[in-house]
Amino acid sequence: MSAVAAPALEQGAQWRAFRAVLYRDLYVTWREFPAFLAQVILQPLFLLFVFGKVLGTLNYTQHGYTDLLFPGLLALTAVLTAMQALAFPLVAEFGWTKEIEDRLLAPMPTSYVAAEKVLFAVLRSLIATLIMIPVGILILGSIPWRWDNFALFVVALVLGALVGAGFGLLMGTLVRPERITLLFSLVFTPLLFTGCSQYPWPSLDQIRWFQVVTACNPITYVSEAFRGAMVPGVPHIQPWICILVLIVAVSVLLTVGIRGFYRRAID
Amino acid sequence: MVVAVVVVGDVVVVVGVVVVVVVEVVVVDVVVVVSAAYAEAAPRAARTTPIQRNQTPRRIAPVCRTVRLFVELLQRNAILRPLRRGAYDLTVPGHVVPEESAGLAVEVLDLVKRYPKSRVNAVDGVSFAAAAGEVFGLLGPNGAGKTTTVGMLTTRVRPTAGVARIGGVDVVRDPVRARAQLAVVPQQSNLDRSISIRDNLIFHAAYHGVPAREREERADELLDQFGLLDRARDRPDFFSGGQSQRVMISRALMHAPRVLFLDEPTTGLDPAARLFVWDRLRELRDSNVTLILTTHDMDEAALLADRVGIMDHGHLLALDTPAALISSLEGEGTLELTADQAADGDVVDALGALAGVQKVETVQVGAENGSPEARPPGAQPLRVRLYLTGDAALCVAPAAAVLAEHGLALQDVKLGAPTLEDVFIHLTGRTLR
Repeated sequence: MSAVAAPALEQGAQWRAFRAVLYRDLYVTWREFPAFLAQVILQPLFLLFVFGKVLGTLNYTQHGYTDLLFPGLLALTAVLTAMQALAFPLVAEFGWTKEIEDRLLAPMPTSYVAAEKVLFAVLRSLIATLIMIPVGILILGSIPWRWDNFALFVVALVLGALVGAGFGLLMGTLVRPERITLLFSLVFTPLLFTGCSQYPWPSLDQIRWFQVVTACNPITYVSEAFRGAMVPGVPHIQPWICILVLIVAVSVLLTVGIRGFYRRAID
Repeated sequence: MVVAVVVVGDVVVVVGVVVVVVVEVVVVDVVVVVSAAYAEAAPRAARTTPIQRNQTPRRIAPVCRTVRLFVELLQRNAILRPLRRGAYDLTVPGHVVPEESAGLAVEVLDLVKRYPKSRVNAVDGVSFAAAAGEVFGLLGPNGAGKTTTVGMLTTRVRPTAGVARIGGVDVVRDPVRARAQLAVVPQQSNLDRSISIRDNLIFHAAYHGVPAREREERADELLDQFGLLDRARDRPDFFSGGQSQRVMISRALMHAPRVLFLDEPTTGLDPAARLFVWDRLRELRDSNVTLILTTHDMDEAALLADRVGIMDHGHLLALDTPAALISSLEGEGTLELTADQAADGDVVDALGALAGVQKVETVQVGAENGSPEARPPGAQPLRVRLYLTGDAALCVAPAAAVLAEHGLALQDVKLGAPTLEDVFIHLTGRTLR
């Protein structure tokens, strides 16, 4: 009988597997870059065009509304892109393509597979959100931008992407494949319209119950943090509250999401 | 006091996942608890119990107390060398761990899986081992526990109890290192549909840390070997079942696994593809890869497997070479005789009295044709099946003589040797397909 002791995995082998899986995702995204762009840009682009350009030109919105809207749409893009990048592929991979099995059998802990999904979703979200800036300039002519609050912008952007990834992980592991259409109507649409992206939160004083509803949506805090960074003159939720709420939301969503991932990955 | 100890070459550890082997030592009538890392130790024990991490089952506790006393006794007599807290070297000087046990590619010991909300164990105390280069077939009807057993070995199902090792690596304690040594070829395609089949192979190797140039070379080599080179750049979307199967086997081989798990490797393949896959699997076995195949296909199991385990209701009912399993059946063969005309019971009795005949069964001709009323009973030509202890061919002449004595002529003879399928039906009471 030949020497049979199992070879020790060299240090870094697990990270190498992690990097290889991330590289695979980036490779596929790069090869389908036009499709990726269409997927992430189209929705905010139309929202920008209709709410910012069309309604403004027709004088249905007040002057300065686009300054409120733009940070909100950035928030929406950051959260929803990350969420879509995770939720839909995950439902499909666990549900019918089973593509994820090859990665779950790679020599790395199961949590790394989940972490890679989160990191990839965050990267996609960052790219999509940053692309929105030139798109905004192109459609609106100018966007509100301040370098003095850049740090807040970056922190809110990353937390927003992580919130989206957390939602995506949760949805992707909880939703059964046959229910994937429900995901759209029951989760996406409410999130889209209660995230304070089209209106600043303090202005909802007049509709108290809706203000309470929107306060439950983490996207609200991303929108408000972006407003704090880009249009500090407009009344908004204090940035430190936004950051705190987002950190709590990210922790809860990722903890529950990774637990759900484990449940799907290992019986 | 004279102490005779049967030691299995390991230390007493009641922490971590260990197997406690209870050995009755006859001389002093003491009970010894020994943790055994090797499955071959188990048969020497009067009783074996798997222990979960950091817990001492109630039924083991009294035994553990006995062991503490026993260990103290051995220490006082300077037989035991303490290793660390609670652990002692029980190795008898000169005792060498058998080489075979270290060479086992797959070890399963008292493996149990109970799914939450289930009242029964899906896998209920299964033990087996496979050596390097062995082809091990797991046979069983649907729901027998084959898939769950393989799931536990491939780190995708967490065992409720018991031990499973791949190349000596415990799959529960070190799943990452276990995964590096195994590969899985599922029944349904799980290929990456976003990339070409060549990229499927290359990325798989990258996950397993195969260097860049090596994975390119090996991918081309394997695609060539599996007759897929002309389709290397195609995505797997429109591949047929047989093609996907070939891609998945070549993908599995990219990181040179020691153990390859195949689930129904040739179900749904056309005969040519099936022969092709069988040839490749034989080549793999020859290159010392251990193959664990779960299958419904008796012919496949009999043809490919060195040893076969038959499972049902979570238990391993039998485990041996196909030949040994077949010969374990009471009857060695069958002989089916058809005479030219009807006959009475005397003939049947006379046939039953022949040497080597265990049982005689009258076969209803009409029943086989699906029309029992085709002929009035009694008008049917005699047709009987003899179950024999020996070779069926040797029984033809005496049987023909018996028929001739009763004025009957032999019209048709069918010789039958028992197959693995007969073993399976004998054990599980049901057919597979």
